Amino acid sequence: MKNPIASTLTYIFLIIFGAVMVVPFIWMLSTSLMTQGEFNKNDSIFIPKEEYHVWKDGNVERRVILVQSKDGKAVIHVLDSEGQISKDFEEYLEVPDNQVEMVRKKPSFHFENFINAFKKVPFATYFANTLYVSFFTLIGVLISSVLAAYAFARLEFKGKDLLFYLFLSMMMVPEPIYIISSYIMLDKFNWLDTYNALIIPWCVNIFTIFLFRQHFKSLPQELFDAASIDGCSTFGMLTRVVLPLSKGVMATAAVFSVIGSWNSFMWPLVMTDRPELRVLQVGLSYFNQEASTQTTLLMAASTFSIVPILIIFFLAQKQIIASYAKAGLKD
Amino acid sequence: MKTKRKIEPYLYLLPALVLLLLFRFIPILMSFAISFFDFGITNIGKFIGFGHYSRLFADKEFWQSMGNTLWLVLIAVPASIILPLIFAQLLNQVERLKGFFRTIYFMPYVTSLVAVSIVWKIIFSEQAGLANTFLGWLGMKPQLWLAEPQGILPLFLENIGITAPQWMDGWLGGPSLALFSIIIMTVWKGLGYNTIIYLAGLQNISKVYYEAADIDGAGKLRQFFKITVPLISPTTFYVLLMTTIVSFQTFAQIYMMTDKGGPLGTTKLIVYYIYEKGFDKMDMGYASAAAIILFIVILGLTMLQRRLEKTVNY
Repeated sequence: MKNPIASTLTYIFLIIFGAVMVVPFIWMLSTSLMTQGEFNKNDSIFIPKEEYHVWKDGNVERRVILVQSKDGKAVIHVLDSEGQISKDFEEYLEVPDNQVEMVRKKPSFHFENFINAFKKVPFATYFANTLYVSFFTLIGVLISSVLAAYAFARLEFKGKDLLFYLFLSMMMVPEPIYIISSYIMLDKFNWLDTYNALIIPWCVNIFTIFLFRQHFKSLPQELFDAASIDGCSTFGMLTRVVLPLSKGVMATAAVFSVIGSWNSFMWPLVMTDRPELRVLQVGLSYFNQEASTQTTLLMAASTFSIVPILIIFFLAQKQIIASYAKAGLKD
Repeated sequence: MKTKRKIEPYLYLLPALVLLLLFRFIPILMSFAISFFDFGITNIGKFIGFGHYSRLFADKEFWQSMGNTLWLVLIAVPASIILPLIFAQLLNQVERLKGFFRTIYFMPYVTSLVAVSIVWKIIFSEQAGLANTFLGWLGMKPQLWLAEPQGILPLFLENIGITAPQWMDGWLGGPSLALFSIIIMTVWKGLGYNTIIYLAGLQNISKVYYEAADIDGAGKLRQFFKITVPLISPTTFYVLLMTTIVSFQTFAQIYMMTDKGGPLGTTKLIVYYIYEKGFDKMDMGYASAAAIILFIVILGLTMLQRRLEKTVNY
């Protein structure tokens, strides 16, 4: 773009749009580092700061709560080191008000919100459950997808197109349509409240089959001809020719699968009841109900559950975005 | 040897096929079947034909959920097409920081709906929420957001000092501000994905068209409407289809951000309704009937869009 005014305008719009996308995350992070009182006062948006009063009693400085300041006298509560009202002093202490000063600290980060959130809720267990479910789902997805995609991309058999359309059309059916009947079915299997219910039904992922199929189709035929002349079996071609050339697409499929498992909510909410089996998202939803007024703890918990996915995303953002874009383009 | 050749491809398909049949195909068929039966807690009762369906059609709450869902789709889907197209177009014109912006825009899409629902619930909180702080900066009155059952049209008129007409009391008053808050958050969550899809589509349009238009003296805006919009239409149809299907499934936001679809049921969406009937009230036959209606609606819209795509294809 040559026109500098148009170019500047474009950047301004892009920055505004970017700000709208990012501000909720920044706000989440900053709120997660505030005290609840500070959040409720709502005057330190984005940068956590701290305000408190101190009483200068000779050389000793003590943190206090200022109750009233009138006619040169200040009524205070003296606080102990834990922030509770100290028992060593009278509850309402009257001192000359020039001994009481306001202290402003900026920024001041309250990382203890994370510790307090962890104390209230076994997030470590939820985290471990999510990892466990994501990992085994990933294994299942990779095995079933690679095999099916290989058949669709490189083998000839009767009903191939029909089966492929069956797969594709199943992809379009939304989860809420079959979640009730799945619940009944898993109940008959005695799988409710087990990891099986969270893992096995999700070991088929039509999207990753599609992804692998595209890639396998793009491999040059000469490789397969050469392998065939060397007496390589069909399965041998998969393990010795196809898979070594599929590391990139494997990584992409893995990321898709893990992001999907990590973020899935309605299914684990419905299929499990035992607290020990809760995955992160379900645990977070219970915490949302229990601690609805403890904003800063909720934000700490949200931050904690978002960060691992964001790390994966930032590490592989180029590949992830490129593959989402590719998957959106119909062939 | 020959029979082995014939069977072998199916063996590769077997794991995926078995899982697909068992956990997708059969449950979908079962949903149909269950919707015709009375259902106790996971125990099948007697056949009641279309009993659930006639009860459903007489249920005001069902129609309210359908109406709410329709509002969400009617607002969220166009917004999720127009905004991403504009921003993809802008993004396509810059070189510097392109990757940076792309990453930023895509961030909400990969993060969990449950966690960002918590964040947005607090953004919309009345006391210290960011939304009201923002209105304050603009010199506007604070709003109740997620606690506001009034429709956005009468609310808007009221805020600029006009008494809302009578007909705005019902469904025609637009979604409640509570539902509109959910819509804002839902659009925000999906924008990045659609922007990326559009960006990929734009890069496939040959520069030759624009160069020819430049020579003919067509302005940038005219080029956008006469070249970009028609040539990007296959992408638009894909985005339209996916966004519509996803919008109909909105659930986590309602579960996390509202009190059971409140205030006054104005944020109760159809999937939340299904969840509530099926898993709260354990009325599974009835909930399945609602799920089947949703299925038919989505299927119908999908086929309609396919039709439209064939007639509009450039």
